Amino acid sequence: MSTAVQSVSPMQPPTKASLPNVIRSEWTKFWSVRSTIWTLVLLVVLTAGFGALICWGVETSAQHGEPQPAGIDATAVSLAGITFSQLAVAVLGVLVISAEYSTGGIRTSLTAVPSRPRLLLAKAIVLGVVSLVVGVITSFVTFFVGQAILGIAGIGTSLGEPGALRAVFGGGLYIFASAMFGFALGTLLRHTAGSITVAVALLFVIPPFLNLLPGEWGKTVREYFTSNAGSQIVSATPQPEALSPWYGYLVFSIWWLAILLVGAWLMNRRDA
Amino acid sequence: MIEVSGLTKRFGNTLAVDDLTFNVREGVVTGFLGPNGAGKSTTMRLILGLDRPTAGTACVDGRSYGSLPGPLYEVGALLDAKDVHGGRTARNHLRALAQSNGIPVRRVDEVLEMTGIESVADKRIKGFSLGMSQRLGIAAALLGDPRVLMLDEPVNGLDPEGILWMRNFLRYLASQGRTVFVSSHLMSEMALTADHLVVIGRGRLMADVSTKEFIEQNTSRTVRVRSPQLSRLAEVLRRKGVSFEPNGEFLDVRDATCAQVGDLAAENQLPIHELFEQRASLEEAFMELTRESVQYHAEVGAGATSEVSS
Repeated sequence: MSTAVQSVSPMQPPTKASLPNVIRSEWTKFWSVRSTIWTLVLLVVLTAGFGALICWGVETSAQHGEPQPAGIDATAVSLAGITFSQLAVAVLGVLVISAEYSTGGIRTSLTAVPSRPRLLLAKAIVLGVVSLVVGVITSFVTFFVGQAILGIAGIGTSLGEPGALRAVFGGGLYIFASAMFGFALGTLLRHTAGSITVAVALLFVIPPFLNLLPGEWGKTVREYFTSNAGSQIVSATPQPEALSPWYGYLVFSIWWLAILLVGAWLMNRRDA
Repeated sequence: MIEVSGLTKRFGNTLAVDDLTFNVREGVVTGFLGPNGAGKSTTMRLILGLDRPTAGTACVDGRSYGSLPGPLYEVGALLDAKDVHGGRTARNHLRALAQSNGIPVRRVDEVLEMTGIESVADKRIKGFSLGMSQRLGIAAALLGDPRVLMLDEPVNGLDPEGILWMRNFLRYLASQGRTVFVSSHLMSEMALTADHLVVIGRGRLMADVSTKEFIEQNTSRTVRVRSPQLSRLAEVLRRKGVSFEPNGEFLDVRDATCAQVGDLAAENQLPIHELFEQRASLEEAFMELTRESVQYHAEVGAGATSEVSS
């Protein structure tokens, strides 16, 4: 083992831990762990796979002449897999920040980038861009596959139909927001298993139970709750007893933004 | 130069760091000594801005760590070598760190070579031995070619070859004019590595002296002698004005050599059955200094003093 230390290549002028540099660094970190690939593959497979499966089921029953429920939203049917795949991308969002804490890597990261808001912002930008791009592409592919299947029974739709383009693009937007929701919870709770549990509970487990809440007050809670509000963007036709697509999406965005801001504020105060 | 002034950190009811003030000078290895739990790691975390101080300040070259525009250019730190994502390869870990401060990525290959881990650069870190992890930590600390290096227990858990490598490496880095601040709970290790010592116990400053001074102050030479005619030997010594202390069937003679005591006995025709030099070790001196401050005393029993309290 050599102890020779050649004096260093010149590094003038000293550059800085500026936001573009930190984003570059976070980009490398994001793609150099396996969990990123796993969760993204799961996102694509669940969205497209469940979408195709559900479309096939609907198509089969239509072929057999079973009466279709009134006002079936062919766009929403093809994108129904997002109900499950939102969890994969939320887990990715959690891991982007919680793995830093579970491994102790956060201390190394903050030694290189002492500004905690800057580190968090860089992570959010990398996660946001990737989840949006992958989400939009996945959503469009899933839509076309689903409509091809529904088309066999002549009950498919097209992007030209009212609300369809918004809903398909909305699928990507919703996947992006789910990733950010996981990221916000991971920032707040700093614990992988705990954050994933809370994310699954808030996005997936609790919403169906809210139907049990009585009265006007119960209706409001139901409509404004996380995925109930956010997923309206994925429906081509407005649903009864639900917020409008864009308003619902805004409500969901406020959910994750609020959690993220509290998490960021705490991160800035707490010891690493 | 690292300047710590009135630094205090309280965790609940525990005062982990208690009004610490000291400076770490350039071009020397400064050892940061203290028993486990004395607050060494906390102090380093405070200097790096990872923990928020309850009171006081820590500056690197006159600025707080958080206000350094490119911290890796100024300070290379190694706290816990396992503070990395084990799923990443060593090269990707270093690449991400380099990019964060705008350091050219070719520098990654240079530090991998310097620390002798280029052969495992593309392996996942979780498979690394502690020695390799420590080298990776040093590689990360050297990325920005910083003037200040701060290392927490870098030889802890290393095998003898690794310890030797680390010792020589730290000396080499200091000889290049860098500030090297290195913590340890082993006095013997610091005696070999450090030029200057900052000793703390229970978060408080116990000593801030050069290693040479510390050794001179804290080691005394004693010659222990056993003789069947102990009282006559004592009489002879007393007449010569040599100070000594009876110790059971021995006499402990201060500031004398075996030759002097042996010759004296021979001149007086006194039989000697045993004669040997006893040197208080630095380890003992260090323990003496921090005895009151050791957070967890081992149950006091036989041999308890021959070990470093944990």
